Amino acid sequence: MPFRAVNHPADLGLEVAGRQLLQHIDLQLQPGEIVTVIGPNGAGKTTLLRLLLGLTAPTTGSVWRRPGLRLGYMPQRLQIDPTLPMSVLRFIQLGQPQLRAAGARAALAQVGAERLAHASLADLSGGEMQRVLLARAASRKPQLLVLDEPTQGVDVGGQSEVYQLIAALRDELGCGVLLVSHDLHLVMAATDKVLCINQHICCQGHPEQVSRDPAYLELFGDKVAPYTHQHNHEHDLSGDIVAGACDHNHSHDHGDNHREQQ
Amino acid sequence: MAPFGELIHSQFLWFALAAGLLVALVSGPLGCFAVWRRMAYFGDTLAHSALLGVTLGFVLQVDATLAVGASSCLLAILLVALQRRQKLSVDTLLGILSHSMLALGIVAVSVFNINVDLLSLLLGDLLAVGPRDLVLMLAAAALIAALLYFLWEQLLAFTLHEELAAVEGVPVERVRLALMLMLALLIAIAMKVVGVLLITALLIIPAAAARRLSHTPEQMALLSSGIGCVAVLLGLLASVLWDTPAGPSIVLAASLLFLLSQLHRAPG
Repeated sequence: MPFRAVNHPADLGLEVAGRQLLQHIDLQLQPGEIVTVIGPNGAGKTTLLRLLLGLTAPTTGSVWRRPGLRLGYMPQRLQIDPTLPMSVLRFIQLGQPQLRAAGARAALAQVGAERLAHASLADLSGGEMQRVLLARAASRKPQLLVLDEPTQGVDVGGQSEVYQLIAALRDELGCGVLLVSHDLHLVMAATDKVLCINQHICCQGHPEQVSRDPAYLELFGDKVAPYTHQHNHEHDLSGDIVAGACDHNHSHDHGDNHREQQ
Repeated sequence: MAPFGELIHSQFLWFALAAGLLVALVSGPLGCFAVWRRMAYFGDTLAHSALLGVTLGFVLQVDATLAVGASSCLLAILLVALQRRQKLSVDTLLGILSHSMLALGIVAVSVFNINVDLLSLLLGDLLAVGPRDLVLMLAAAALIAALLYFLWEQLLAFTLHEELAAVEGVPVERVRLALMLMLALLIAIAMKVVGVLLITALLIIPAAAARRLSHTPEQMALLSSGIGCVAVLLGLLASVLWDTPAGPSIVLAASLLFLLSQLHRAPG
């Protein structure tokens, strides 16, 4: 039986200082499902997450959360003051006294960032920080993983890898995933359901279905096509291709393996 | 210069030392949060308003430390509320409040014709600490230490990312208020030691000096306490040997320790 992680019986909306930021939002999440929220800048994507996470109270409607739901949250970015000395391992364990160092290391391993365990949090690059944040969210064994622009600050090459990591985590943890993104190309391939919003829900459904929806095309134009990314090799943290991950020659042009459906 | 042997037996010196060390011990970890969260200006605002607290205490005939403690706590609560709804930047808001409070305090002292030594309020009067002061300081310091101990993990999570902490179940608003009230209490007891103008220095400088030498937040907090204690010892010693004002001497000693810490290369 599908559980309803988040449910809005009525119109969910938020009005701030006379401006309607969100209205008529009605959505529910199923376990194990990856739902991506896309929309133009200022569409209210982050606001929607804040409402669902309970960080902001809606002015209309309500959010229902299954009692006892374990949430893992990955914020858009974490800016740490360099005067705060904290290792990655300690950061993952923070607030989880029951999680031993081994558990924190395992969480880092899940996102391929074991070697960062003793690095200082303030010294991480954008991509490394995203992995660490993901590991922290995963270490809480969440039933629902909420990610706000998980590829923020990650270079283009690493972005699809982040989405693959998220899909892998979903399979491993069996959790639902709700993520906000604006990289339409990458999202299309790694999501079960797309929610296109612009203050309200413009359209929703299967990625291919949404991409043909007039409301979607009006927002994003018809140049954006669903895109299936077939990665044939792996990169490690520094971006190098990992030897042994596959057995063929990498000298080809990358475009060869990317199939565009227009 | 008074003979050192005689001074060892003078009670006021031991009271002064105990008061200084007590304040340094708790201002260490609190100072770390002030540095991590960039609250130096906030500390200034609370400290500058302490003068007004003294005046109110005099008018209402309440002990100065108690009056300052109460007025600082009230102002801290007001600031938390203001920060949430104001449109001005926090910087501007604090800048306005900080100096208005200081000016109001000085004017109030003269209007009520209060018989206090303004200079000792501004720069501290460590050598005048009595047993009654010490008891109050001990109580406040114990309360701060207990709060720090029990809220430590939550304070850290809150400092790293407020929303992440909130989603993970940290009662963010309560933790914020606790931090502000701890600062307000510290200011009430630190006023005797270094005075209204220099409290922020005692908060920030030992923490900044500890940064280079620490790898974990806990290390930094404890080191900061240690450095503060050494500064109190050195400052008091200078005050006794060369008859310099105690509060500024302590701050100078802390600054010297900070400069020394900069010689140490940054930890990896």
